[in-house]
Amino acid sequence: MKFIDEYRDVELGKRLIARIKQLSTRPTRLMEFCGGHTVAIMRNGIRQLLPSTIEMLSGPGCPVCVTANADIDRAIALAHLPDVIITTFGDMMKVPGSYSSLQQARAGEADIRIVYSTQDALQIAKDNLTQSVIFIGIGFETTAPTIAASILQAEKEGVKNFYVLCLLKLCPPIMKAILDLGEIRLDGIVCPGHVSVVIGSHPYEFIPRDYGVACVVSGFESLDILLSVAMLVGQIESGKPTVEIGYRRGVKPEGNKKALELMDSVFEVDSADWRGIGVVPASGLRLRKKYERFDAEQAFSVTLEPVREAKGCICGDILRGIKTPTECKLFRKVCFPEHPVGPCMVSSEGACAAYYQYGTE
Amino acid sequence: MCLAVPVQVVSIEGNEAEVEIGGVRRHVSIMLTPEAKVGDYVLLHTGYAINVIDEAEAQETLKILEEMASLDEVH
Amino acid sequence: MDEVILLAHGSGSRLSHELIEKNFLPPLANPLLAKLDDSAVFAISGRLAFTTDSYVVNPIFFPGGDIGKLAVCGTINDLAMSGAIPLYLSLSLIIEEGLTLSELTKIVKSIKAAAEEAGAKIVTGDTKVVNRGSADKLFINTSGIGIVPPGIDISGANAKIGDKIILSGTIGDHGIAVMSQREGLKFSVPVQSDCAPLNKLVAQMLEASSQIHCLRDPTRGGLATTLNELAKQSKVGIRIEEEKIPVCDGVRAACELLGFDPLYVANEGKLVAIVASDDAEKVLSKMKRNPYGADVSIIGEVTDEHKGKVIMKTRLGASRIVDMLSGELLPRIC
Repeated sequence: MKFIDEYRDVELGKRLIARIKQLSTRPTRLMEFCGGHTVAIMRNGIRQLLPSTIEMLSGPGCPVCVTANADIDRAIALAHLPDVIITTFGDMMKVPGSYSSLQQARAGEADIRIVYSTQDALQIAKDNLTQSVIFIGIGFETTAPTIAASILQAEKEGVKNFYVLCLLKLCPPIMKAILDLGEIRLDGIVCPGHVSVVIGSHPYEFIPRDYGVACVVSGFESLDILLSVAMLVGQIESGKPTVEIGYRRGVKPEGNKKALELMDSVFEVDSADWRGIGVVPASGLRLRKKYERFDAEQAFSVTLEPVREAKGCICGDILRGIKTPTECKLFRKVCFPEHPVGPCMVSSEGACAAYYQYGTE
Repeated sequence: MCLAVPVQVVSIEGNEAEVEIGGVRRHVSIMLTPEAKVGDYVLLHTGYAINVIDEAEAQETLKILEEMASLDEVH
Repeated sequence: MDEVILLAHGSGSRLSHELIEKNFLPPLANPLLAKLDDSAVFAISGRLAFTTDSYVVNPIFFPGGDIGKLAVCGTINDLAMSGAIPLYLSLSLIIEEGLTLSELTKIVKSIKAAAEEAGAKIVTGDTKVVNRGSADKLFINTSGIGIVPPGIDISGANAKIGDKIILSGTIGDHGIAVMSQREGLKFSVPVQSDCAPLNKLVAQMLEASSQIHCLRDPTRGGLATTLNELAKQSKVGIRIEEEKIPVCDGVRAACELLGFDPLYVANEGKLVAIVASDDAEKVLSKMKRNPYGADVSIIGEVTDEHKGKVIMKTRLGASRIVDMLSGELLPRIC
């Protein structure tokens, strides 16, 4: 597969690892921000192959993991309304809310369908005109323009029974929030690759400038990640933190203007509730007034039971990088992918799931 | 987050395109990449092309990778 | 307008009898079935293998097969994994009212073809029809009886340290073929289900070696789940190499798109054999000569380390755990 296989070259990978070992002379703490990077790192066993000077932490870059219980509860409550079809990405199905999950709701009476794209959700709306089709809109800036596009398409085509539960979140604000919390000393950040395809690299410039932390925007293949680690180590060893793009075939400094325009025309910035962190101002998106009629939260009223957090679950600490999954008392004892206590275990990109699936004993 | 896969544009009709990777085909939207042309490679995320892959930059990256890996091998 | 199956067809009425006599008997014809007695009576001696499975695949037609072919091959393969020669099958249909007669006819045709290829006969059956909404068009249960030749002792508990692990071909074909047809996920994939009866392949393997310790077909849950089951049953460790596992381009591409790991995607025409290392090459050459073993590969070996677990050496040389599938395989965007 073009643009994939070349970046999985084993020989080149081994040589890069040797090079990183030479370059890295001091304790270096990197955070990979994006869940996709967590999975790629673990699947390839990259942590094992890097020198012991380099420590890699996983950050809150999994949009499923950071969805607050209240929001999951709302999605489930909507699913139980009459004449409602819930459409969702597969990622959300197993995530536990306060009392249940979409998967459990589907086993009950709720009509919940997994889709690959909002276009499929729109099609389901067109095929079921007597029902309301609600799309669970999770994601970061990679997904936000696609949801915006689907709303614009729904409007253009006069689809009246399509709604979105907007749970979209933004990356640079949460990166700032983590850095401001000051709980961990970070030397470098592996910046999310596909979010940056949309937003570009400029939004990260405050990180080296205000916090002295190195940044490299990284792709997802093994060579991409190794290149980014090498570039970060280079910046750190030379004491010159900046923002560099490792993922040059996908990311331009200014991002995708068209995608940003579409996003901006449909959404506006709002505060958002991040699991484990709390409400962070200007870190989420909501529908603009012009497109209010697509907002599922406004269109449907549901009563929610009091929000409950699972006892003993330290997903919040894990998302902030201050604890690793192996430090959680519930990990592998009570909390398993089949019986997850918190979302970090459920989401295929959650740190706990990745450690469980791919870790060596 | 954000699984996006490089796929090649096989045909275009208005805002939609047929794309292909490894023989797998799907109808996708190019609303976010109106500049895409047949033959281009795009990054596909949830049924939308989110950018056109810059082939020159892709080659450049492979060169950088090779250089980075070779730096220690000169002795 | 296509004729449809009604509740009456399952009620034991004249319509039921018509259905059996017109649609099931002729294609599946054999003397035992033709008797239409309440049970098929026959004499066999020797060690018997007996298995049952139910088939609920949705959609019922997919590239490379249908639920009928699956129902026969699945049970034939379960018998073959014990080293048994398949003899007789039962066939039980639970039909959702509204299934068209032409769909049913196609499926019965597939059942006939698969049974003939395997050399097994369907000797007894049952048909029920349920209300619309109570079955995804059609559910099938098949049970199978086979004879295990003397001297054959194959079990998931028999793996020995040092044994080699052989995989008969590419993984993920069936799961991707079926998934690509699901509502909400439609892709066109150049991938066919690998659904196939493996009993003749197994018979050839057993001719080549008497040291085949384990046989298993990695169906739902994929290769990863099957290897984990074997490791636990035999109380051994299993070590495999990522590079040695064959995956066809279409499956790789579809897995990239949907966020799947081919190790967890279902197969319906593949087997894993754990063989004494001295005999591995012999078995491999025999398998290569069978069309269902064309892409055969030795993917790893049995160790006495990390008992009960499967460890994979990645392309880059690191090791990682390969756990069994937990829950459903779900497509993801993250």
